Amino acid sequence: MKFGILINEGPFQHQASDTAYQFAKAAIEKGHEIFRVFFYHDGVNNSNRLSEPQSDDRNLVKLWSQLAEEHDLDLVVCVAAALRRGIKDELLAPGFHISGLGQLIEAGIEADRLVVFGD
Amino acid sequence: MYEEDDGFQGGVVKRFMYVNRRAPYGTIYALECLEMVLIAAAFDQDVSVVFIDDGVYQLKKGQDTKGINMKNFSPTFRALEGYEVEKLYVEKESLEARGLTVDDLVVPVEVLSSDELRQVMAAQDVVLGS
Repeated sequence: MKFGILINEGPFQHQASDTAYQFAKAAIEKGHEIFRVFFYHDGVNNSNRLSEPQSDDRNLVKLWSQLAEEHDLDLVVCVAAALRRGIKDELLAPGFHISGLGQLIEAGIEADRLVVFGD
Repeated sequence: MYEEDDGFQGGVVKRFMYVNRRAPYGTIYALECLEMVLIAAAFDQDVSVVFIDDGVYQLKKGQDTKGINMKNFSPTFRALEGYEVEKLYVEKESLEARGLTVDDLVVPVEVLSSDELRQVMAAQDVVLGS
């Protein structure tokens, strides 16, 4: 199946991005396709390469980057949500890129299922 | 940033439903959800918007946000018709629990019971909420 994923929360206040990451990983392992992962609302904070969690904590920004590199994932950060939160190109971790909300609608159209992870 | 012509994705039209569950202020969910609605409409999708729980307050008439230094975005709901977003549903139970009627709302809506709403939701291709 072809999945689209929408993540609406940042990496610390909520578990949404963790759950989405586990979902994406499991889906890929089962042979499904991830059409796109779209980051909206505070979810854009998952792309911030300056984020430095404590050493005994998981680093979701890095985990998403690694997953993207291993499986050629399309990680899209919403431009409108990113700009108001100070997330710009020079702040993005590897594998993320900034684009418009149209990319989310396209994921909704192209994917068999769009799965939303939020509060 | 993205294409906006009518031929986008070979003219595929899906049913997109946006579910608003939260009060208009206090968190950014309602405002940013409205931004999502406007984009889907620009892509000529079959868009509907649902208001349940405290989400019904987003449509309340007479919002005055000066005291909290936030923009009152409720007039934008009146502009949705111009984007051909005409399917606005409000859950009956949520409205009644808050002592509101359709006369208290800034736009005409269709009031559906929780059970009716469930059926409309089940018929969608994409359900987005925040």
